[in-house]
Amino acid sequence: MSTSSETVTASAAAAPQTLRGTRLAFRGTVLGRPDAPVLDGVDLEVAPGEILTVVGPSGCGKSTLLRTLAGLLPPLGGTVEADGSPLTGPSADRALVFQEDALLPWRTLRGNVELPLAIRGVPRAERRSRAESWLARVGLSEHAGQLPHRVSGGQRQRAQLARALADSPRAVLMDEPFGALDAQTRSGMQDLLVEVLRGTGATVVFVTHDVDEALFLGDRVALLGSGRVTAVRGVPRPRDRAALDDPARAALRRDILSSLGS
Amino acid sequence: MTRRPLSRYALRIASPAAALGLWQLLTSLDIDLWLRFSQFPTVTDVAHAFANRVSGDDYWTDLTDSLTRILTGFLLAAVLGVATGVLVARSRLAEDLLGPLLEVVRPIPAIALVPVAILLFPSNEQGIVFITCTAAFFPVLVSTRHAVRALTPVWEEAVRTMGGGRLRILRSVVLPGALPGIFGGLSVGIGVSWICVISAEMISGQYGVGYRTWQDYTVLDYPGVFVGMVTIGVLGWITSTAVELLGRRLTRWLPRTSYVPGGRPRVPRPVTAPTRPDDDTEHQPEPEQQGQEHAEEARDEHLV
Repeated sequence: MSTSSETVTASAAAAPQTLRGTRLAFRGTVLGRPDAPVLDGVDLEVAPGEILTVVGPSGCGKSTLLRTLAGLLPPLGGTVEADGSPLTGPSADRALVFQEDALLPWRTLRGNVELPLAIRGVPRAERRSRAESWLARVGLSEHAGQLPHRVSGGQRQRAQLARALADSPRAVLMDEPFGALDAQTRSGMQDLLVEVLRGTGATVVFVTHDVDEALFLGDRVALLGSGRVTAVRGVPRPRDRAALDDPARAALRRDILSSLGS
Repeated sequence: MTRRPLSRYALRIASPAAALGLWQLLTSLDIDLWLRFSQFPTVTDVAHAFANRVSGDDYWTDLTDSLTRILTGFLLAAVLGVATGVLVARSRLAEDLLGPLLEVVRPIPAIALVPVAILLFPSNEQGIVFITCTAAFFPVLVSTRHAVRALTPVWEEAVRTMGGGRLRILRSVVLPGALPGIFGGLSVGIGVSWICVISAEMISGQYGVGYRTWQDYTVLDYPGVFVGMVTIGVLGWITSTAVELLGRRLTRWLPRTSYVPGGRPRVPRPVTAPTRPDDDTEHQPEPEQQGQEHAEEARDEHLV
């Protein structure tokens, strides 16, 4: 966190010197609920510190993929690994950001951000100051004492982001976190996400149905469709708003849209 | 501004006052039209009896006895009901083990357990507490079970991905999340508790409001019977209000609409001069009025 300026360039090169991030891997994995597998034969590796975005039509198993990585859903076949060892369940190392309101409604925003720290046994005073500093980073200082239903949807998602990052997880799994927000708030949130991820070195898997969002955020984009991972493509100039007109980016965007359309 | 709350208080006082007036009228005139009020004590008889009782020691002994019994039974029921409800809702083993047993015992009226209580417990006192507890236990159990099952799964998943274990989920998600439902059960439970504590006292008690009321009946002291009934009513009201207020305090995080019990959403009444030509200006003050009413309704919640 203190070496933020160094790691900016590092994460842009998708190979940070600080090995903070988790290496996540699917090896011939079958994913889904026991009675209804949705993804088959998934082979995918996410490098430490990389941002992988996942796009696909709704119902294609994006969320399933993420919940499996989070350890909430055991794989039906094959293995899922974090740093080379198979996943056995959820862990504070891999934070999950949900689309809907996953903040506990009876806790203030500060209370929600403090929760992961409390679970890890961080002493109260430190918990408070770390939560405050994270809320400040996502611009919610003045709403720290509010209950989630008293603030806007965008502010709730910012609080969720702060909660996910508060305990410095090594991987952040995001399930369409900005899906319910209007376009303007959404692009603001994307910028904020890029900014707060800076220097954390965390591996990010970001699920979205918005191709532009996927191309803006991801070092690579994974496409899901018809029960499998159909392609994984490297993104030219990720997290660069000016790259929108980049011909390589435009071509990739067309490719992805047409393969999603088919 | 102050008109509405005052008028509501007035209404709240008016209905019992009217009932008392009617009672006084019917009994003092010895009305005997199929319903016979000639033997009925008048309001003033009851008031005199009440004044006598309140100045004596027995009344207060009865009161504290009944309150001790109901509070002990009710608190036990609250703890046991919430614990069992959570257990049954969260563990399949517990549900399979306890479910059938609970469902068989549940329909038995608690007051029908008097023989069981007499057989089981060395003292009447414990028997009465047992009956009161059983009565409140089931409403608390059932609503806790429902509330726990209805919890949004994301909350639990969120805590699990933060590395929280079962205990943490219980403490940080299940109990606070189920609290609104639990308090629904507690509200019902305290009411049922009163019914059962009074009945149990009538059958097997020594001292207590129910015991005294029954004693008065056996010696045909009708005003005394009514003193007992009024006492039960007032105590019941106070205790259920206490439960309600505690519940509101603990679930203050719930997003509340400014809901008026039994009231329709209030549309500001069109001003009583629709024929006037300057209609547009008439609508000017409305948003402000509405805002005031919302503020009042939010405050009115605290009237019980």
